[in-house]
Amino acid sequence: METILFSLLNGVIYGLLLFMLSSGLTLIFSMMGILNFAHASFYMLGAYFAYSFTQVTSFWLALIFAPILVGLFGAAVERWGLRKVHANGHVAELLFTFGLAYLIDEVVKIIWGKNTVDYQIPHALDFPLFELFGAQYPAYRMFILVVAVAMLAVLWYLLKRTRIGLIIQASLTHPHMVGHLGHNVPRIFMAVFGAGCALAALAGVIGGNYLTTEPSMATFMGPVVFVVVVVGGLGSLEGAFIASLLIGLMQTFAISISASFGDIFGWAGLSPTSELGSITISSLAPMLPFLMLVLILMIRPNGLMGTREV
Amino acid sequence: MTDNISISPVNLAPTSAEKFRARIVPLLFMVAILLVIPLFSPSRTAYSLLAAIGINIVFALSYNMLLGRGGLLSFGHAVYFGLGGYAAMHAMRAVELGESGFWSGFPIFGLPIVGFAAGALAGAIIGWPSCRRSGTPFAMISLGVAELIAAAGFMFASVFGGEEGITGDRMNGPELFGLSMGPLSDIYIFIAVWTFIGTASMYAFTRTPLGKLSEATRDNPERVQFIGFSPVRIRYMVFIFAGAFAGMAGAMAAVNYEIFTPDALSLNPSGFVLLMAYIGGIRYFPGPIVGAIVLTLMQSMLSDFTEAWLLYLGVLFISIVTFAPSGLSGVMYGSYTAVRQEGLGGSLQKVKLKLPAFTLIFLGMLVLIETSVRKSNGHGEVFEFFGLSLPFTSPITWLLIAGPIIAGVALLWKAKTDDQGDQP
Repeated sequence: METILFSLLNGVIYGLLLFMLSSGLTLIFSMMGILNFAHASFYMLGAYFAYSFTQVTSFWLALIFAPILVGLFGAAVERWGLRKVHANGHVAELLFTFGLAYLIDEVVKIIWGKNTVDYQIPHALDFPLFELFGAQYPAYRMFILVVAVAMLAVLWYLLKRTRIGLIIQASLTHPHMVGHLGHNVPRIFMAVFGAGCALAALAGVIGGNYLTTEPSMATFMGPVVFVVVVVGGLGSLEGAFIASLLIGLMQTFAISISASFGDIFGWAGLSPTSELGSITISSLAPMLPFLMLVLILMIRPNGLMGTREV
Repeated sequence: MTDNISISPVNLAPTSAEKFRARIVPLLFMVAILLVIPLFSPSRTAYSLLAAIGINIVFALSYNMLLGRGGLLSFGHAVYFGLGGYAAMHAMRAVELGESGFWSGFPIFGLPIVGFAAGALAGAIIGWPSCRRSGTPFAMISLGVAELIAAAGFMFASVFGGEEGITGDRMNGPELFGLSMGPLSDIYIFIAVWTFIGTASMYAFTRTPLGKLSEATRDNPERVQFIGFSPVRIRYMVFIFAGAFAGMAGAMAAVNYEIFTPDALSLNPSGFVLLMAYIGGIRYFPGPIVGAIVLTLMQSMLSDFTEAWLLYLGVLFISIVTFAPSGLSGVMYGSYTAVRQEGLGGSLQKVKLKLPAFTLIFLGMLVLIETSVRKSNGHGEVFEFFGLSLPFTSPITWLLIAGPIIAGVALLWKAKTDDQGDQP
């Protein structure tokens, strides 16, 4: 019972972090058709910026300014990089972000070093919130939950209840028509790209100290975020939300299951000591999202909630 | 009334002399280079470098069958390289044991055939589901499959050898052409022969109907359907061939290094082959060859000079994507035709501002990168630049960083406004 409850809580938190990362990517992908390979790099930059901020000032300032800085950087990348490459087609754009991810990785290694940096949870939140079945639950995880839900609410309000959201939604499907109506579509693209990067950075700020802040965090997170976007469906934030929670829960639950194939398929004559039989469910956890990705792309190319094909 | 209207269509087909010049001469040129290299009696390092270049040439060319010729962006091409290499490795061990009749008589020299077959098989199995889609979905499937196979590589230790990988000994089995495969000069012949076979057959492939159809499918899949072909099947067949040649390169690597680890299946080598093909230029057949040579040299030589060589690689890649999408070979070809058309003076006139601008920007970035890398190492090492010692905190260093970059950007700005002035 306690395993299930804790896995549920941790899975939801991991899923919300994933959603924070992938919401920006979904918007960028469906609006501009760019699969931004560097998206997880912006997440990493958020964590590192927040680390540097906390060294000098406090975590709370980092929570505000790190995403803003990364968002401005993202907007600059769109304005002076991607827009130039756009003329050469989608593959060139994808490759540009691929190279950018490479570059950010290396620059981060030079500036902050190759090892894990000591980015800590703020003191004010470093206490056990409640006790369940004799195990303490840290308050910081609840804080992640609160920030993620707040972000979700703001994002939903912005997109569904304001004029800006209306224009963004329209440019998702009909960018030319929006342009004809007199809106500056390239500027909308730039703003959405910057905002998406800022959301990724926010995930980095609050996730960097919950997970670890190291130069490989982008390469670790990047492919999983793609999976969320594709599984959720193109242009669908609801789909991305469901897919994030699904993958978050799936991975956390899989890690907590120590049963091996031998235990499960023992009735079919699979010995627990054989090579196949000794593989445990928990060791398969990192593979599950990719299995899901391949299956979804083959069976349901629209994704869970998408209206068009990827 | 004599009606003498006779239609004499212009024969656009290339003459046989032109065909010979365009198709056979480059290959003969390659043979000549491969034959001349051993005459210089290369050192051990040069031999191992040449072997790495040969392997990468075949690998990059096989990748370009997908990206350049077929328009299929794959993030998991190393899977076929790795599986071909593993198949060759297991075959090598079977030759070493010499138990079964077939393998005991199998020369190590022929192992790339095993790799070819294994790569084709892997391509046939994995390509079946993934080739039904093109574009971004294809790229995503290839990424997912690569992650799955790389993870499986670490899981099944009896096949892939776990973290340490599996090793073999190439000096077994019957000797072909009197090559014991022991000394590096023998390995050079092995690599040279198979690099030539790979290059020549991949070039021949572009001349086949399938090769032509694959280019047509890249440009306009709908019209390919109109003329009665299935784009899905064409993609699938091209995919199998690309996997097969990648497997061949993997087998060459297996014989050369005598060790294979599951890392060879992972995303890193897949990304590297993408960089090789794209930096070299995907629109020209020799592009990936150029890319393979340049990147292998960078990997082994630049990494001796600077720790930040990956950063330079990233900068090179981004500059190619942004400023020269046709790659290094496109730049070479473009400047060759420009010089031929306008003479050296005229073409230099065109780049008289841009060339120094890019050089200045590069100079400033070089100083910035090198001083920062040394600062970040913490060894207290100081960057020496033309006898000038440049510590991180010295104002001269920052002058040397900011000065050239600002001057370069200003020159670029001037070039841009000049261009606009020319064509109002």
